[in-house]
Amino acid sequence: MQFPKKDILDMASLSAEEIMLILNTAENMKEISERPIKKVPTLRGKTVILLFYEPSTRTRLSFDIAAKRLSADSLSISAGTSSVVKGETLIDTAKNLEAMNPDMIVIRHSSAGVPHMLAGRVKASIINAGDGMHAHPSQALLDMLTVRQNKKTLEGLKIAIIGDISHSRVARSNINGFTKMGSSVVLAGPPTMIPMGIETMGATVTYSVDEAISDADVIMMLRIQKERLKSFSFSTEREYAITYGLSADRMKQAKPDVLIMHPGPLNRGVEISPEVADGPFSIILDQVTNGVAVRMALFYLLSGGVKNADDN
Amino acid sequence: MLTIIKGGRVIDPGNLNSIMDIHISGGKIIKVIETGNNDESADRIINAAGKIVTPGLIDMHVHLREPGHEYKETIASGALAAVHGGITAICCMPNTNPVNDNRQITEFIIKKSKAASAARVYPVAAISHGLEGKVLNEYGDLKQAGAVALSDDGMPVTDSQLMRRAMEYAKGFGLLIISHCEDPDLVADGVMNEGAVATRMGLAGIPNAAESVMVKRDIALCELTGSPLHIAHVSTKESVAAIREAKKNGIPVTAETAPHYFILTENAVGQYDTFAKMNPPLRSEEDRKSICEGLSDGTIDVIATDHAPHSILEKDIEFDMAANGIIGLETSLSLSLQLVDDDILSMEGLVEKMSKNPARILGFENGIQADLPADITIIDPDTEYVIDVTDFRSKSVNTPFNGMDVKGKAVLTIVGGKIVFDGLE
Ligand SMILES: [Zn+2]
Ligand SMILES: [Zn+2]
Repeated sequence: MQFPKKDILDMASLSAEEIMLILNTAENMKEISERPIKKVPTLRGKTVILLFYEPSTRTRLSFDIAAKRLSADSLSISAGTSSVVKGETLIDTAKNLEAMNPDMIVIRHSSAGVPHMLAGRVKASIINAGDGMHAHPSQALLDMLTVRQNKKTLEGLKIAIIGDISHSRVARSNINGFTKMGSSVVLAGPPTMIPMGIETMGATVTYSVDEAISDADVIMMLRIQKERLKSFSFSTEREYAITYGLSADRMKQAKPDVLIMHPGPLNRGVEISPEVADGPFSIILDQVTNGVAVRMALFYLLSGGVKNADDN
Repeated sequence: MLTIIKGGRVIDPGNLNSIMDIHISGGKIIKVIETGNNDESADRIINAAGKIVTPGLIDMHVHLREPGHEYKETIASGALAAVHGGITAICCMPNTNPVNDNRQITEFIIKKSKAASAARVYPVAAISHGLEGKVLNEYGDLKQAGAVALSDDGMPVTDSQLMRRAMEYAKGFGLLIISHCEDPDLVADGVMNEGAVATRMGLAGIPNAAESVMVKRDIALCELTGSPLHIAHVSTKESVAAIREAKKNGIPVTAETAPHYFILTENAVGQYDTFAKMNPPLRSEEDRKSICEGLSDGTIDVIATDHAPHSILEKDIEFDMAANGIIGLETSLSLSLQLVDDDILSMEGLVEKMSKNPARILGFENGIQADLPADITIIDPDTEYVIDVTDFRSKSVNTPFNGMDVKGKAVLTIVGGKIVFDGLE
């Protein structure tokens, strides 16, 4: 199957078959990262621009490594270091980038919809590396790859996502992704952090973390940001940790083979206690490894890759 | 010089609804008589057979960008856009730069609009100095200079005491207060209607309550002061219900909505289309239906456009940073005629919302009868066409209606006896 999309903008626009193809391709890519010489010539001569309007070390590094392992030329532009801060509009920037003839542009932006906007203006493939509260498809894909690796399936699982759903593009992308593959998603958090109409995306909602994690196969904890205090989303970190945090004690009622995930960076002691974050159920570091593989797969497929990755 | 509008269906609600001839001379209507062969002395005969002839349409909520942002719209381009859309009079909001909060700006606007010789332009002056919600302006001076109403449109008056005093003080000068109802704390960083669509798109939402809490406050202040109050751009079902209830209780409140609130819903935001971004935002289908009901049962008195020109500099950018507002002068009539097609309003009802009621609320002379100024709109109700921004007189093109199929349009516009737009030939 040839990958039929020009861009990866969000999980909502990917079909179950496309998701499966990405995950299978990523599975093959993992092997490359385990070789002593972690580099294949597949994308030699291709140019990837990493355009980050929001600070991010982890995601940018992950995309950068992925590009390099496939021998693509990658260059990073961050809002702090280029003309993007000097009153140049997004469209100006897009036109300038277009003139450099990149094959792919990875973009992160604090405004939802920016990757969509860019995709309509440039010939290069756009990969959304996170846009506002909207979507973060590569994160959802790596989460799904990690779960599949551990559970051997993505069907019939119960995924609990806990925390600030309102502000989370990771939650939105995972709801779309997991429900598409036949799993169910339950959301939990304080009502201030559950956005209106989220159940129309196919998830169920509870305000009780205990209820959400009982019989969950996967528990995904979201980062709590102190800034949310200003918008009255919660009272204190102390009360948040007690009511909505994942403690060792609370873990006692979870399934024995439950997986604990977190998109990072962690707020130890707030949404997740250190024992749980570092405990036996945690696959948080697997997520990081799989991130590179998924991003390699996206680069490969968007460059028109049709063969299996291991043909290289 | 005698002009006769011949053989059109003259609709002046409460006065006329039949095939008549209108004789115009010296800028006024001199007589309205049964159609016949009595036109030997006419200098010009306008054949209006098959057309609808109405008192000039009035848009009581328009943003012209002069002074300050002439690249978006000037007083002249706005006045020309109005008559191209069949509108003979517009009220322009004070959020220019500098703000229209003093005699000089009000007089400047009137002077400029006279030179344009298109639609009549009636300035709405600011309630508070600089729209800052702190100090009342000199309403007496502003009225003398030609301001017809007061509004801090765009900047809600959050200080309830100031709003109360503004309403009382305005009453002393016989000026109407027009309220932009929006609680900025509830809006917070919202950029579209709160609900499933915003949630899926990852955009911060604006709840209906952000509008209705202030509608309800202002109704309470209207009841307290007995001063007439006009609620701008009603978009939610809760606001409609509150206004309906207030009217039932005899509180002197009136209200307007805009075509986008009875035609579009939040779904129009689609792929982050900034041309569907305005304030208040496009709401849900349920709200849209309530707006239609409010128009139909008389809760909403007026259709105005909230014409808000912006250039690509403000619109072709990130959705959450893009400016609010769409243009409306040249689409308002065609879009509103859909209400007649959908049996929400009769043709008479439409003329009330777009001409008679705004005139009544603002105290303008208006109607098809002898001795009144000849401000007249001739409408072809049957022409089907596609809305095309390249045909607009406005300097801006920010409308989500470009490319839409519509039926009915203004074909001739007369202001003070002068033909200012002629699309008949
Ligand atoms: Zn307003
Ligand atoms: Zn306005």
